[in-house]
Amino acid sequence: MPSTQDWINDPLAVVEEMFAASQNNSNSGWETKAVEFFQDQLKERDTHTLVPSLNDVPLHYLKPNSLVKFRCLIQDMFDPEFYMGVYETVDPSTKTKVRMLRCGKYKDVTECGVDFNSRNTVTAERQTFYCVPIPGENPWVKEISSSCLTEARVVPSTSYAPSRQKRSYEEDDDMDTQPQKQREPHAGMKIPSEHHGNGDCKRQETEAPSSQTASASHLDLNFPLPGEKGPSCLVKVYEDWDRFKLNDTLEVYGILSVSPALSALADEKDASSSLLDPAESMETAEEQRVHSPPASLVPRLHMLHAKPLPHNNPLLPSAALEDNSAFLSSTLSEMASVREEILSYFTHVLLGDALAAEYLILHLISNVYSRRDVLPLGKFTLNLSGCPTVASYTERFYQIIQQLVPSSHYLAMSLQNMNQMRLVPKKDYVANRLVSGALQLARNTSLFLDETQLEQGQLDTTGVRNVTALGNLISWQKVDYDFNYHQMEFPCNINVLIASEGRSLLPSDCQIHLQPQVAPSHLEESLSSIHMHPQASSQLNKFRIYLSMARLLDYSISDEVTKSVEDDFVDMRKDDPQSISAEDLHRMLVVARLLSLSLGQTSLSRDSWLRAKHIEMLRRSRMEQHKCVNGNEP
Amino acid sequence: MSCFDQPPILHVQPNEVDMSSPLMYGTPSSRVEGTPRSGVRGTPARQRPDLGSVRKAPQVDLHSDTDGAVASEPNAGQRLVIWGTDVNVGTCKEKFQRFLQRFTDPNSTEDENAGLDLNEPLYMQKLEEISVVGDPVLNVNCRHVQSFDAELYRQLICYPQEVIPTFDMAVNELFFERFPDSILEYQIQVRPYNALKTRNMRSLNPEDIDQLITISGMVIRTSQLIPEMQEGFFQCQVCAYSTRVEVDRGRIAEPAVCRNCNNTHSLALVHNRSVFSDKQMIKVQESPEDMPAGQTPHTTVVYAHNDLVDKVQPGDRVNITGIYRAVPMRVNPRQNNVKSVYKTHIDAIHFRKTDEKRLHGLDEEAEQKLFTEDRVQTLKELAAKPDVYERLSSALAPSIYEHEDIKKGILLQLFGGTRKDFSQTGRGNFRAEVNILLCGDPGTSKSQLLQYVYNLVPRGQYTSGKGSSAVGLTAYVMKDPETRQLVLQTGALVLSDNGICCIDEFDKMSDNTRSVLHEVMEQQTLSIAKAGIICQLNARTAVLAAANPVESQWNPKKTTIENIQLPHTLLSRFDLIFLMLDPQDEAYDRRLAHHLVSLYYQSEEQMEEEFLDMAVLKDYIAYARTYISPRLSEEASQALIEAYVDMRKIGSGRGMVSAYPRQLESLIRLAEAHAKVRFSEKVESIDVEEAKRLHREALKQSATDPRTGFVDISILTTGMSATARKRKEEVAQALKKLIQAKGKTPAMKYQQLLDDLRGQSETAITKELFDEALRALADEDYLTVTGKTVRLLA
Repeated sequence: MPSTQDWINDPLAVVEEMFAASQNNSNSGWETKAVEFFQDQLKERDTHTLVPSLNDVPLHYLKPNSLVKFRCLIQDMFDPEFYMGVYETVDPSTKTKVRMLRCGKYKDVTECGVDFNSRNTVTAERQTFYCVPIPGENPWVKEISSSCLTEARVVPSTSYAPSRQKRSYEEDDDMDTQPQKQREPHAGMKIPSEHHGNGDCKRQETEAPSSQTASASHLDLNFPLPGEKGPSCLVKVYEDWDRFKLNDTLEVYGILSVSPALSALADEKDASSSLLDPAESMETAEEQRVHSPPASLVPRLHMLHAKPLPHNNPLLPSAALEDNSAFLSSTLSEMASVREEILSYFTHVLLGDALAAEYLILHLISNVYSRRDVLPLGKFTLNLSGCPTVASYTERFYQIIQQLVPSSHYLAMSLQNMNQMRLVPKKDYVANRLVSGALQLARNTSLFLDETQLEQGQLDTTGVRNVTALGNLISWQKVDYDFNYHQMEFPCNINVLIASEGRSLLPSDCQIHLQPQVAPSHLEESLSSIHMHPQASSQLNKFRIYLSMARLLDYSISDEVTKSVEDDFVDMRKDDPQSISAEDLHRMLVVARLLSLSLGQTSLSRDSWLRAKHIEMLRRSRMEQHKCVNGNEP
Repeated sequence: MSCFDQPPILHVQPNEVDMSSPLMYGTPSSRVEGTPRSGVRGTPARQRPDLGSVRKAPQVDLHSDTDGAVASEPNAGQRLVIWGTDVNVGTCKEKFQRFLQRFTDPNSTEDENAGLDLNEPLYMQKLEEISVVGDPVLNVNCRHVQSFDAELYRQLICYPQEVIPTFDMAVNELFFERFPDSILEYQIQVRPYNALKTRNMRSLNPEDIDQLITISGMVIRTSQLIPEMQEGFFQCQVCAYSTRVEVDRGRIAEPAVCRNCNNTHSLALVHNRSVFSDKQMIKVQESPEDMPAGQTPHTTVVYAHNDLVDKVQPGDRVNITGIYRAVPMRVNPRQNNVKSVYKTHIDAIHFRKTDEKRLHGLDEEAEQKLFTEDRVQTLKELAAKPDVYERLSSALAPSIYEHEDIKKGILLQLFGGTRKDFSQTGRGNFRAEVNILLCGDPGTSKSQLLQYVYNLVPRGQYTSGKGSSAVGLTAYVMKDPETRQLVLQTGALVLSDNGICCIDEFDKMSDNTRSVLHEVMEQQTLSIAKAGIICQLNARTAVLAAANPVESQWNPKKTTIENIQLPHTLLSRFDLIFLMLDPQDEAYDRRLAHHLVSLYYQSEEQMEEEFLDMAVLKDYIAYARTYISPRLSEEASQALIEAYVDMRKIGSGRGMVSAYPRQLESLIRLAEAHAKVRFSEKVESIDVEEAKRLHREALKQSATDPRTGFVDISILTTGMSATARKRKEEVAQALKKLIQAKGKTPAMKYQQLLDDLRGQSETAITKELFDEALRALADEDYLTVTGKTVRLLA
């Protein structure tokens, strides 16, 4: 049995060993054994923290052909490819057969001369996914997940070639002491506050060395959101790739391959493209660039094991909740009290409006938990109307949300953005890839739509399409990807929060008008005080755990409560059939569900139901009030 | 590039002409012009790059019995097979010739066989056609081969590279035996298609390499034409000795030594005398129907050779038959390491467009979805259940509560009526599709129903009336930016041919756009006259539309027409018009509440048990649509006649017409659809009963005159109920009397006339009513209205 260091530093040796052992007895099923071996190793306590992560460690610190992990989103799926699973080598100098069978699995490049005519060659199939870091992952997630990995990070760098070590140390220092240096304002997305210099809230990306980003500039790495950085990866999948879907978030454990031969092949082709034989000219230059980018920029990862991520909050244990009952029970008992704290914090942020704060909590823990034919259940799009337009309130508001949820994106619905941004992913047939758009997001990403940025003017065709796409996203939780000749529907699970002055032009599940308890004259002052509140990081972490936890809880309704809910509905309809429609009941059931979960209750109680009814009533009466006020306006 | 077609090499002797002479630029075939040729020997064989370098393989292998060939059956002793296969050329040839001479397909429905005598050997007639037309290509349906000789079929699928040339030999021998005098440009080539192993692109795997496959997909890109060298012509720079080298596995090896003068590296390639063939790279993408949810479509590279070049355009749906290939990446002499990846492609042998038939006739072939035996069995079992109709309708959109009749209506729409063709008697096609309009209060999950249907049917389209223009629905002409060619881009209605077009917010649609629907909804065609392209496209689509009432809430005091403000000409084209209202009664509320609550807490599995799987429903519908075409039984037609007569009788008592022939047609369609639901080939009286019931239900909802409470079909057909019309006439008469009473005044004030009439009348007269009365009188040429004055005529 190889030691820990061996299977992390040289996983290929493990694979080769098993392959060699299998040669003596046929149908030994060494392939499943190899995969199982790695899975077992990773299952052991904390071994997975020893594996360096591509998200946190710059690529040149990682040892080629070692085991690494990568937290990512499947952005595109390329065509399956056939490779030499087993091949026979020929000694290139003597041209004689050495009768040596080699295994081609988990490798990009063959060793020694290959005998193409050998009968022992086994052709196998594998699939390639193009993976990018989870779009919109917030800086705190990255910081925390990289900090628990310091140990793993040391391991590969010590085994590094001495000639480069000096440089590594320098960069190491650089990153530890001045992480700010790497932070640049985003291109294409204007968050005015970034010019105000609120460093903490800036989106900070992985600490990719600047050399890498500089050279990456000519190559579009196809990130869904503008201004994102970080490594992207070609993940080669060997076993049941059908179980993966586009936009899945995964933690991939695989063998890193950065063989310069891959780049060499590509370079050479570029140079001599005119002399290519026709069999290879079928790939356009663009396609070449996209499908075989230099390995130094887009490393290849040969998947040994992949873990689907139900969430990307590093503060929560990555194992399923049921397996971690201690953690579950301790947080559950705390939930009610944390809820109080977070409620008062949000009330403060929302200028003293406690009801809106309540709804904000519900929105942040909402989640599409199931789909009934076309109907997504559990979505709770919130339209926060009446947002003050002074002192860039919405941006500050977003920054607070950013501090709390693992991934989020701020989309200013300015006319220019609407008319120019690519929201919907589109297939580029020339390069044969799916060009990403801002709506290609991982599950449970918070999408913050700032409608206060919208001004009067003309939406052009793209603009109309973008607004339609947003509308579809909200009503059906799906995005129709543009495949030029047809459209394809991809379900998604995105929490959309719309901040607007009046009622939003987009549909929403729930609209609440903000009622600031602060006099307009003091607005500016109290706004600036929001950030003055120093939130201890332990407090923040508590909130972060709370929000992610509430979303993962199971939920049920007992028969008893069902009955009383039904009775309630019938009674309400009896008094005034106009007062409550089926749609209202839908919403109330969602509110009740989220309210229970926010209190850490996994089944609906009569109290929660009444409370849900109560806050719904408050909200509705406020809406009517608001309507009247509007009606009186000239 | 036909000038580079395989020249008759045998005729050109080495050193015959000066190789570098410009005379050699002439088309190769011109060299043999004047020497009439016929028979197998006289006709040049044309190389088949689609099969790879096959010309060599059988020749070598046939007499390589000593070193390579293995006798497949040791007992047979002398039977030799091609190396690496179990194909014996002689037997194979014989079998194929027998197939050609004997195969008949009396039940053929392929339109390619139109005009052929189905009881005569099919392929012999095709050979005859070749001798007349002179197009030396014989398309062979693999399904025919299979039904004739399964063993031959297996060999064809497994070793196409060896078997197809054998077929070529066989067919040419047979052809020139039969038609010894016919002259062809080159020898006949056999193009098999429809390999039964028809595959989804996704299921291709390494086992399919070098086998004959048929896949379906959509062309997304075609390359420029690539001239590919088939044979290199080398000439020695020293002694002018020339030699030819054939392509071998995609490469031409340059001879290192001149065989004549023994100089090394003295041979140079002469391009003009080398042989090239045309080649084109085509990228094909999986068709959207074949894809599992949540994955991106796969693409495959296809090479088209010679005359298959430029046969397809981007956007075409095609079935491609060809040989699946995998080539190792180029070996780089400078590097020991190579990428361990193969490049795969398909060498196309046959293309078949699946959507071109949209312009004429129905393409049964493409529609036919293959069902496994088990599946068919399950479906039949389901169909045998007495309550299958209820089961299916409740399986439809289970998340939407109640509205049983609407669901039943939509279910019948999904199945559709039987297609009838009366074009011979000059009436053209009868519409088989059922059109449905849903109208009702906002928030009654109309959109959700539409979304569901759109997701259920394979060729569904979903558009919103607000966002679509007339061109978006029909078709538009676009200039392709690359080729500068005019391309017809089809819109939602054409795309949903044979499917369902769901139109949400039907009322928000502009009049202009709606007018397009008139033709589609009755004639089922779309006429286009744009940018010099004049054509009629088929749009046999069923329309499922949803409309909101004009005044946001449905006004029960008004008729349907008044509520949704749609032209009655369009409304009458809907077979069923349903109102989706919010019924207000306690029992309903309770059931609704229960339904919704259970929706929110029941687990996925529980729900699945309760209702039929969406996939089963899909298959059920697909099966019924493909295989079942019920006809009216005698009994059913009597029932229909009765029903129609009854419907007309209801109205006649009160002086109104309550049914038109269009309603009868609707009834027939609905009855047929119901028979399809039962998998019955015959429409029986229970089908008619249900059709009647559903039709009556829909009418009750939508065509009830709010003033009288009677069902009045004329609301839908003329936009006005009979009572309203009667009232209008009365007012007009009263007005006429009033004017006549005034004596000879040529002009009157509009307002005063209205006041006078109001003063005189017992019932309230609205301005609209007055206007209508004026219009009626104007129609009689009694008066004209200009601005605010009313003038009498004559």
